Amino acid sequence: MSQTIRLTTPLATETLRELQAGDRVLLSGVIYTGRDAAHKRIVEAMEAGGQPPFPLEGAAIFYVGPSPAPPGRVIGAAGPTTSYRMDAYAPYLIARGLKAMIGKGKRGEEVKAAMVQHGAVYLAAIGGAGALMARSISEAEVIAFPDLGPEAVRRLVVRDMPLFVVNDVRGGDLYQQGKAAYARG
Amino acid sequence: MPVPRELDVALIRDTVADLCGQADLLLPADVRRALERGIAAEESPVGREVLARLIENADIARDESMPMCQDCGLAVIFLDLGQDVHLIGGDLIEAVNQGVREGYERNYLRKSVCHPFSRQNTGDNTPAVVHVSIVPGDKVRLWVVPKGGGSENMSKVFLLTPAMGLKGVKERVLETVEAAGPNPCPPIILGVAVGGTFDDACRRAKRSLLRELGSVNPDPEAAALEAELLELVNNTGIGPAGLGGRVTALGVFVDIRPCHIASLPLAVNVQCHAARHKEAVL
Repeated sequence: MSQTIRLTTPLATETLRELQAGDRVLLSGVIYTGRDAAHKRIVEAMEAGGQPPFPLEGAAIFYVGPSPAPPGRVIGAAGPTTSYRMDAYAPYLIARGLKAMIGKGKRGEEVKAAMVQHGAVYLAAIGGAGALMARSISEAEVIAFPDLGPEAVRRLVVRDMPLFVVNDVRGGDLYQQGKAAYARG
Repeated sequence: MPVPRELDVALIRDTVADLCGQADLLLPADVRRALERGIAAEESPVGREVLARLIENADIARDESMPMCQDCGLAVIFLDLGQDVHLIGGDLIEAVNQGVREGYERNYLRKSVCHPFSRQNTGDNTPAVVHVSIVPGDKVRLWVVPKGGGSENMSKVFLLTPAMGLKGVKERVLETVEAAGPNPCPPIILGVAVGGTFDDACRRAKRSLLRELGSVNPDPEAAALEAELLELVNNTGIGPAGLGGRVTALGVFVDIRPCHIASLPLAVNVQCHAARHKEAVL
């Protein structure tokens, strides 16, 4: 039976152990944004001995490239982008403290294995619900790579961001389980 | 000799600009109705919740003038140009691109177009992809279709052998949907074009996405295939947001035309539930 759990960043593996694929999460606290281009730069810099633009330990990364903030708003539409494009970089970051990834769509086997090994989770936001997601974001600030425009790394403050647990720390996978439950023929 | 009707491309520019904003901010009525029907049909509680959230999202976008989705798309424009129209005032394609520039800037839409290798953003969401057809009459009919990357990336084109036939077509469509799974933001809409050539099938698959959900295909062969494919797709269990459920697709649009005796082209264009298209007649 799925449950609704409130989580606040930074995240600890002990807390994440309570989550099961299919649970609903309401996430609050500071999270960071990053897409393909930002991931490439972060991992390349770290491999060269540099520092990531935000502390990775206990961090949650939201795969999003928001639309521009209209006047009077902190951010525009902010729904998830497709996650597999970050698969090449995710295991490296998970091994260095990243605890949650927020996106949509399937993850590769290496990412799933890294989540089980290091106690991290993958959370799905509803793809295409960008205007709705923006409501849970109260602050947004570009902290790295401003030249990337919508793909720049942002620090977001979120409150009760509505998410679903897709991959839990034990290898559960809602995309597989949900599909199997409703497939016919 | 009848005198051709003169039409200034500035009007096309301004219309494209307006339609970009409308398309990204306002969910088409037929999609909303399809989502509502989906809630009634969906067996999964999570699936029903996702569909309800998508309707809520459309309301927020409309009421707060926010794009429905942060991926405001690459602007695809279909332009049916009446053969009795004489366009004046400048370059048609440049006018369309200028309309996209103005529409994306004015409505706070995300610019999502970049160089393929350097990934340097062009900064104004151009160039648009423009499909011009010459048609009878003295009107210009145009559609702005902002196409999201997540669903476009899941689209496929196949050059099947004639022996693979209808069975092969059905298998490839299903294979495309299964491979895409949760990635293209289901519930999806499929544009399926069979026949023609490699390039023609892709263009027709995209154009078929302009059709209204729930409309009946006048080609009975295509209509039958649409119904069969929709059932097959919904039997995958992928469901809303890919979290499991019975509503994986809101509709399937099939376009069939003759092809070369050696060929059986098939294009499957995958569209997310934010099926954005707005049209105007000038």
